[in-house]
Amino acid sequence: MQLIFFYILAIVAVGSALGVIFNRNVVHSALSLLVNFCTVAIFYFMLNAQFLGVVQILVYAGAVVVLILFVVMLLGAELGEQVPAWVTPQTLLMVGLSLILLTVIGSAVFEYPVQGTHGNLTTAAVLQYGQVELIGAALFTDYLLPFELAGVLLLVGIVGVIWLGRKTSSSQ
Amino acid sequence: MNMPLSLSAFIPVLPEIFLVCMAIILVVVDFSYPRNREMLGQFTLYSGLGVILFLFCQKPGIAFGSMFIVDSYSVFFKMICLFGMIMTILLSVQYLKVEQIRQGEYFSLMAFSVVGMMIMASAADLIVVYLGLELMALSIYCLVGLLKDDARANEASIKYFLMGGFSSAVLLFGITLLYGMTGTTDMAGIASYCSQNAILSNPALMVGAILVLCGFFFKIGAAPFHFWSPDIYQGSPTSITAFMSVAPKAAGFAVIGRFLLMAFPESHGQWGSLLVVIALLSMAVGNILAISQTNVKRMLAYSSIAHAGYALLGILSGTSEGYSSTMNYLLIYGFMNMGAFGVVILLCSKESRRESLEDYKGLAKTNPMAAFLMLIFMFSLTGIPPTAGFIGKFYLLKAALVAGYTLPVIIAVIFSAISAYFYLRLVRYMYMDDPREDFVAHYSPGLTTALVISAAGVIGIGIIPGSLLDWAARSLVGF
Repeated sequence: MQLIFFYILAIVAVGSALGVIFNRNVVHSALSLLVNFCTVAIFYFMLNAQFLGVVQILVYAGAVVVLILFVVMLLGAELGEQVPAWVTPQTLLMVGLSLILLTVIGSAVFEYPVQGTHGNLTTAAVLQYGQVELIGAALFTDYLLPFELAGVLLLVGIVGVIWLGRKTSSSQ
Repeated sequence: MNMPLSLSAFIPVLPEIFLVCMAIILVVVDFSYPRNREMLGQFTLYSGLGVILFLFCQKPGIAFGSMFIVDSYSVFFKMICLFGMIMTILLSVQYLKVEQIRQGEYFSLMAFSVVGMMIMASAADLIVVYLGLELMALSIYCLVGLLKDDARANEASIKYFLMGGFSSAVLLFGITLLYGMTGTTDMAGIASYCSQNAILSNPALMVGAILVLCGFFFKIGAAPFHFWSPDIYQGSPTSITAFMSVAPKAAGFAVIGRFLLMAFPESHGQWGSLLVVIALLSMAVGNILAISQTNVKRMLAYSSIAHAGYALLGILSGTSEGYSSTMNYLLIYGFMNMGAFGVVILLCSKESRRESLEDYKGLAKTNPMAAFLMLIFMFSLTGIPPTAGFIGKFYLLKAALVAGYTLPVIIAVIFSAISAYFYLRLVRYMYMDDPREDFVAHYSPGLTTALVISAAGVIGIGIIPGSLLDWAARSLVGF
């Protein structure tokens, strides 16, 4: 049952991802992206990673897609506007090369799967403390340095965007 | 692993914390006291020097589990990055006025990117490596695009951003594979898991490691991941080009060295053959394509690809001599490249950037001092004794030869001879041709200091290389 559900979802996910690329209308592409993000969120739910699923919907579906749509709106791309055709010999060559690379990587990974050690977050621990609490505890103890670094990274993003978005000094 | 966190656990990260605070102060001061902007450069300069002094007396240590390691290896690379920042500030002061660039955020972003590099040099966990790399890259994307009225700078910034994002995706994909196979992102943990379970020759593991390496090769601009560098070197402000050619490269090499030595110490045969291909390809692409360039910055971009290839020779030999020769070479490369870009900035004025090779014709007659300095740096980049470039290349080739890579060394020497053509062509233009225009180079205190430091470094290391070599060799003790 779960396997059938997984396959249906996988088809939807890949189909919507292809839709992002092949749609010649920017708004339709953004909406396909939304569908794709939502299916990925459902994958997280199926893996019992509810917190990640909710975050995926909040951040990606909620913020990122809305941001993309905002940009499309601000740049004034109308619903009827079309992006230029991308099927050229050069892109086809690139697609072929990428598919070869994908096959090599995919076959290497599927032929020789190895599973690493499992962490100490067992089902019992999740049932006892709850997922959000465990993730929070891991973030603020073991992963404190990456967590703080991500904060600095966001700060750099803000500084950079404000600087680039400001009027040039010569026009001040 | 839930150990109680005390304040003393933060001591190894103090230099990074200090630099982050300083970068924030720079933004705030620039915003609140617009009149004192002239001071910001000096402020950054002295704090950079302070951090270097602090690093000199910092004790080795480990922080945050085992994610952050301070050893003399990382300290050496951190110093190269800080050196790059300090030299860039010295070069910038005049340049910022010529190009009318605002100062506060410029220095602040530069400090942020150096923090990213320092994190990369110390990181022993792939997540931390990735975050440090992004911190470095994100700041540099902004710095590249800081000439907003210049179409070429915009193109460079967008191009670098897109390609950098793509390479980050490849890197993350590789990290995911490694994590899936070994259950850890800790480099030492990966190594111990691989040797316990005998999966070193597992193709899927190799694919993961290769993808991670691809992400790093992009950052050091090694072929075939070099396509971004000529356009971006040409489009960025010259001071940032100088910065990009030295500091991020050093950080990238620090990570590659640590990754290969900590995560895959036992499979030297496998990554050795991969690195040979990358190194030779970089030398070929860099040296051959540089011949046809007419723009100085583009030529130096191709030359930096070639130099990444030379520096990889040391890492691929896998010995401690090889590692220390790569470290030396990166520092020496910092001196000579900063110097060369310093001369390019010296010739730049409000009316014309003078970046074309033609503009250097007859420079020896109009500005003998500038021409002489350029001559020294070009000799050093070619690797002609008694300059530092020769010493650096000599030890790299020696290390690779001792490790048994005879054919790559021979090819490297041939490519080095080819490179003489385009470096010395510039010298010929400066000394043999007649000047096209008469102009006065604008020396400023900062620029003069930077040029003097790099010339002294290039000549000094070339004549008395002993102390630097000792220092780099000492840095590897206990690594």
